[in-house]
Amino acid sequence: MNWRDTVRTATEAVRTHRLRSALTMLGILIGITAVILTVGLGNGAKAQVRDQINELGTNLLVVSPGSTTSSSGLRGGLGSSSTLTRQDAASLADSAVAPDIQAVAAVSTSSVSLTNGTTNWTTTLTGTTKSWQEVRSRKVTSGRFLTDADQQSSAAVVVLGSSTATELFPTGGDPVGQYVTYNGKQLKVVGVLAELSSSEQTTNNDLAIVPASTYSQRLIGGTTRDSVSSIYVKATSSDTLSAAYQEANGTLLNLHGITASSSADFSIATQESILTAATSVDKTLTVMLGGIAAISLLVGGIGVMNIMLVSVTERIREIGLRKALGAQPRFIRRQFLVEASVLGFFGGLLGVGIGLIGAVVLPHLTDTRVILSAGASAAAIAMAIGIGVMFGVYPASRAARLAPIDALRNE
Amino acid sequence: MNAPPVIELVDVAKTYASGSLEVHALQGITLTISEGEFVAIVGPSGSGKSTLMHILGCLDVPTSGAFHLAGDDVASFGEDQLAEVRNRHIGFVFQQFNLLAYLSAWRNVELPLVYSGVDRHERKERALAALAQVGLADRADHKPGELSGGQQQRVAVARALVTEPALILADEPTGNLDSTSTADILNLLDDLHRSGRTIVLITHEADVAGRAERLVQIHDGHVVATGPALVGA
Ligand SMILES: Nc1ncnc2c1ncn2[C@@H]1O[C@H](COP(=O)(O)OP(=O)(O)OP(=O)(O)O)[C@@H](O)[C@H]1O
Ligand SMILES: [Mg+2]
Repeated sequence: MNWRDTVRTATEAVRTHRLRSALTMLGILIGITAVILTVGLGNGAKAQVRDQINELGTNLLVVSPGSTTSSSGLRGGLGSSSTLTRQDAASLADSAVAPDIQAVAAVSTSSVSLTNGTTNWTTTLTGTTKSWQEVRSRKVTSGRFLTDADQQSSAAVVVLGSSTATELFPTGGDPVGQYVTYNGKQLKVVGVLAELSSSEQTTNNDLAIVPASTYSQRLIGGTTRDSVSSIYVKATSSDTLSAAYQEANGTLLNLHGITASSSADFSIATQESILTAATSVDKTLTVMLGGIAAISLLVGGIGVMNIMLVSVTERIREIGLRKALGAQPRFIRRQFLVEASVLGFFGGLLGVGIGLIGAVVLPHLTDTRVILSAGASAAAIAMAIGIGVMFGVYPASRAARLAPIDALRNE
Repeated sequence: MNAPPVIELVDVAKTYASGSLEVHALQGITLTISEGEFVAIVGPSGSGKSTLMHILGCLDVPTSGAFHLAGDDVASFGEDQLAEVRNRHIGFVFQQFNLLAYLSAWRNVELPLVYSGVDRHERKERALAALAQVGLADRADHKPGELSGGQQQRVAVARALVTEPALILADEPTGNLDSTSTADILNLLDDLHRSGRTIVLITHEADVAGRAERLVQIHDGHVVATGPALVGA
């Protein structure tokens, strides 16, 4: 008996016992769909994080206020007090001090509520300078970005992120030239930022940018007017990124009068280090989801084994007859193995199909991204066949061992 | 009886152990059947006829004694060799037909050829020829459920003869059939006998046994009489 006949015999048996085959495939299908969607969601989340971090700009370093030790010996955690100032930013921007740094933008942020008539929207108010646009590689779709003149005159102007503009001006029309109000103070909208399309629900599209001088003198104020939330540093190229890192680090240590870099009151992150930190968080999630997927696959596999056992028991007479007619034990074994694989293959294929549908539908329902890979889908089908074979082995070899006459006598 | 022996049983016993109870189904059967013979095995229910046929057909092995098939000691065969013997040299006809319900008539008939590695094209040809031989050429595509009992048994006979085996074993092949169908099946067996096949037929009907050349009577696992059939007995 050749393989073609074996496959034909097996597919015939699968087709003959429709309901049983359908139930088996359902078990596999659920397992495979779970695997596909889990992997897809994991990849989607990773890609989302990577895109968000890439959207910060290119060749970027982010300087954040670090832990501090006060004169009385009290220590505070990261960001507990702002140790960075506009003077720090100005020094870093000096090309004589740091030749590998192309541009620097210091930002101060706070969460505020802006209103336009009766519409209000809570967004991140960002005080920065003209260089922000270059550092963060952003474009404006309409109007203009902040200018040096805005900074010098502490102008009451604002540049809105694309989603902020939509929220505050829901009726459409160009917001440029119109006014929004913060805390009773009117701000003229002078520009709207181009949307970062791959950003979903991030602060990259929801922000309001005002000149740093306006921010600290007219809007937020406070005691430490010169302190900033973070400083973005753009290196001249990707090759000079580490040189820029050294220059920024050295300059800031100097300015802050710190000798040991271990007691630095700031920290500098590269996009890569942010990405590594972010993905290590998602790894836990991936492992957890993977565990759930593995359990559903196992349950599917046990379902297959169950049904194969029932199938063998129900067809003992058939097995006896085939053996009486000259089927060698290995042909019986093969027939059942192929039956199990066929069920696994089609169950897997359907699972991948449903996974694909899920990948299209899910993002619309929950705003999560699902990225499927051909490799993962192929692996899932291979896994489904593997499950079929693994769980088909036991019943198949049991069937093959039956004495022909015992099988034939079976009622 | 100059023909060489096809079947040689020497003191064959078969004991079934069901729990603590031992059933001695065969208790020392010594029997020789020559090539081309048509033998009927008769005896009361429970006398061991089917047990004997299962041993002759290599579907079961004796507990003790020697069984030579065409000169070879069957006890020395492994599972695969036994399967091959069943496939190439023996054709079975069972009382319950034993057709696969989900395959059409010709697909049932071709089954033994599938296991002997005959290619698809030739299998179909030979299966259709065998069906024609039993007068069912027009029913080749029917499933067993669409055929009468007599027709189903003819399909089973076609399956038994499709490999052109030297030995045909039939265990009460007419037990479930009416007189017309019985006559059809017996005529087919007669034809096969005339073409040189060795035939062993198990029955408890006297007129069926009467078609054979020789009667072997068994009782309680012993051969009690063997001799030429008495026509009309
Ligand atoms: N698998 C088995 N386990 C235990 N005892 C068995 C088994 N098969 C048959 N027997 C016993 O062996 C004896 C012979 O059985 P067998 O089927 O050969 O009789 P038979 O002559 O074919 O009867 P019938 O004419 O009713 O078909 C019986 O007593 C039966 O109960
Ligand atoms: Mg019997």
